Amino acid sequence: MIKVYISRDSTALSLGSNQVAEVLQQTALDEGVDIELIRNGSRGLFWLEPLIEVQTDSGRVAYGPVQISDISSLIAAGIFSGKEQHPLYLGDIEQLPYFKNQNRLTFARVGVTDPVSLDDYLAHDGYKGLQKALDLVPKDIVQEVTDSGLRGRGGAAFPTGIKWNTVLNVSAEQKYIVCNADEGDSGTFSDRMIMEGDPFVLVEGMTIAGLAVGATQGYIYLRIEYPHAYEALNQAIQTAYQNSFLGDDILGSGKSFHMEVRRGAGAYICGEETALLESLEGKRGLVRFKPPLPAIVGLFGQPTVVNNVISLASVPIILDKGGQYYQDYGTGRSRGSLPLQLAGNIKYAGLFEAAFGMTLRELLYDYGGGSASGRPIRAVQVGGPLGAYMPESQFDTPLDYEAFSAIGAVLGHGGIVVHDDTVDMAEMARYAMEFCVEESCGKCTPCRIGSTRGVEVIERIVQDMQKEKNMNLLRDLCDTMIHGSLCAMGGMTPYPVLSALNYFPEDFGINIDADAA
Amino acid sequence: MQNSRLPNQEIADILVSHQSMPGNLLPILHAIQDSIGYIPQDSVPEIARALNQSVAEIHGVISFYHYFRQTPPGKNTIRLCRAESCQAMNGKSLEKYAQKQLKIDWHETTSDGEFSLEPFYCLGNCACSPALSVNKDVYGRVTPERFDEIVASYRGVVE
Repeated sequence: MIKVYISRDSTALSLGSNQVAEVLQQTALDEGVDIELIRNGSRGLFWLEPLIEVQTDSGRVAYGPVQISDISSLIAAGIFSGKEQHPLYLGDIEQLPYFKNQNRLTFARVGVTDPVSLDDYLAHDGYKGLQKALDLVPKDIVQEVTDSGLRGRGGAAFPTGIKWNTVLNVSAEQKYIVCNADEGDSGTFSDRMIMEGDPFVLVEGMTIAGLAVGATQGYIYLRIEYPHAYEALNQAIQTAYQNSFLGDDILGSGKSFHMEVRRGAGAYICGEETALLESLEGKRGLVRFKPPLPAIVGLFGQPTVVNNVISLASVPIILDKGGQYYQDYGTGRSRGSLPLQLAGNIKYAGLFEAAFGMTLRELLYDYGGGSASGRPIRAVQVGGPLGAYMPESQFDTPLDYEAFSAIGAVLGHGGIVVHDDTVDMAEMARYAMEFCVEESCGKCTPCRIGSTRGVEVIERIVQDMQKEKNMNLLRDLCDTMIHGSLCAMGGMTPYPVLSALNYFPEDFGINIDADAA
Repeated sequence: MQNSRLPNQEIADILVSHQSMPGNLLPILHAIQDSIGYIPQDSVPEIARALNQSVAEIHGVISFYHYFRQTPPGKNTIRLCRAESCQAMNGKSLEKYAQKQLKIDWHETTSDGEFSLEPFYCLGNCACSPALSVNKDVYGRVTPERFDEIVASYRGVVE
């Protein structure tokens, strides 16, 4: 039996991996070749999807990107014995520099294993973190996470151990673990890839979090846009229950943890933690005032850990290998690794998990290969729709939280959207305000009204109506939004707007040289 | 998506089966929309009664979330991504092309009832922009030609 891997990741599916899998299986059957087809996650080298990997004596040999029309020639060339005489032959994918030079800590299994196979998960170090956690007292689990230096990967980068410690130290009848899987930022897909490609790691991470703070119920708040993740998570949760990894008596320890997946309904604001909690409670996703912090008064008024998918999925390896192991990666106060996502107009778009510290330029050119269009890269938006646009002069910034915030940029969730020189930055600034109009929860005035006024003012600037007056008005408005909004939606929408204005004024019809003269 | 049972009975069953679930309103609305394709106006008082909330509260929740709809959708729902990554890869011209080909604007349904068109802000397929989805199937690197092929492949097909 020859093991063949074809991805079930949404992006691979969007490029036709299901059709490739069907035709390959049928053709193998017709040819009398006995294959076991495994639908794995994706390695994240998306320009090579649909990718076929074949298990051989000398490792996994890859071919890609494969179209249905390539299959007969691949079989004739000897794909099932890993032969190299084919234009799509890639060799061992783990030896390609794009893959080899990553630090795959959180993504160790993604693209390697069968996502919904518990046996595969266990065979690849799965549940070792939980085993260790079961032998520790809660305080020591929290300490391990604190020692790792892990900070919230959703964007705010708050130290995870400190958040857990707060919840641990509040006494309550019921505490909750809530996983924020409302990955709404454009240019981000690492949460989705983990949930589709290694759902058990999230289940394990949440279980450990529950043991650490004394919570017995977990919820994954998953965006509706991810139907494949929904299926994979539910399958993993069901399997975990059947095998005592979840339930009232986890692996005979007497400890209990339950979890379920709840679906969002297309509101970007529900990625904000308090809006998410409101939504989970069955209400409109209106942002709450803080304090009280969710760690003290969270879901249904109880102490609640709200963590992003990647934060929780990084916990098992931290418990398994120790906080020190994780914290040995990275730089400054940014420890461990960040799964970066290269998107938009970039030649080699995909997932690149790297220790903090490499520069944006290395990522964009050495790995990303420059723009997809072949034109110069003009602007890069890092950290989602609320992140600043960065001009070429800032590309040498190292990828670490502090270095980004020092120049007024946001590393956030590690999503990177690349634009070539055809981009109209005034239009991108207008769009940032328009997105805020569309997605504001409406609770606070600077965000609700400010965004609408922002669209109007930018339109007036572009139409050359009282330009100077409106420029001042826009800056004033951005200042009000930054300082007067309840949450990051209104408070950070000015980041893309002001960075576009500051670094690309010519797109707003402002000639700096002429103005200076 | 389509269900042969009467919607009213379906909704009553959903309300009963979600009775003891904490924070059950979104799961109830999802179950109704999964089952009959939208949330009928006349189900709102029933939901309100079952949850001991006002009609205004239930309406407030339905109208807050972009995904919930109160009118029947077309047989197929096309969701086109409008976010930054897709914009960086000619997403805007794809939007215009889609609207022209289908002869509808956002949130509308073609006159033959085949397709509804909804704007989406990120399908998480940003490595292969521009992206769209039809029902639950996602498509990447969509060119105008590919758009036509995709649409043609769903014509006359019910999910």
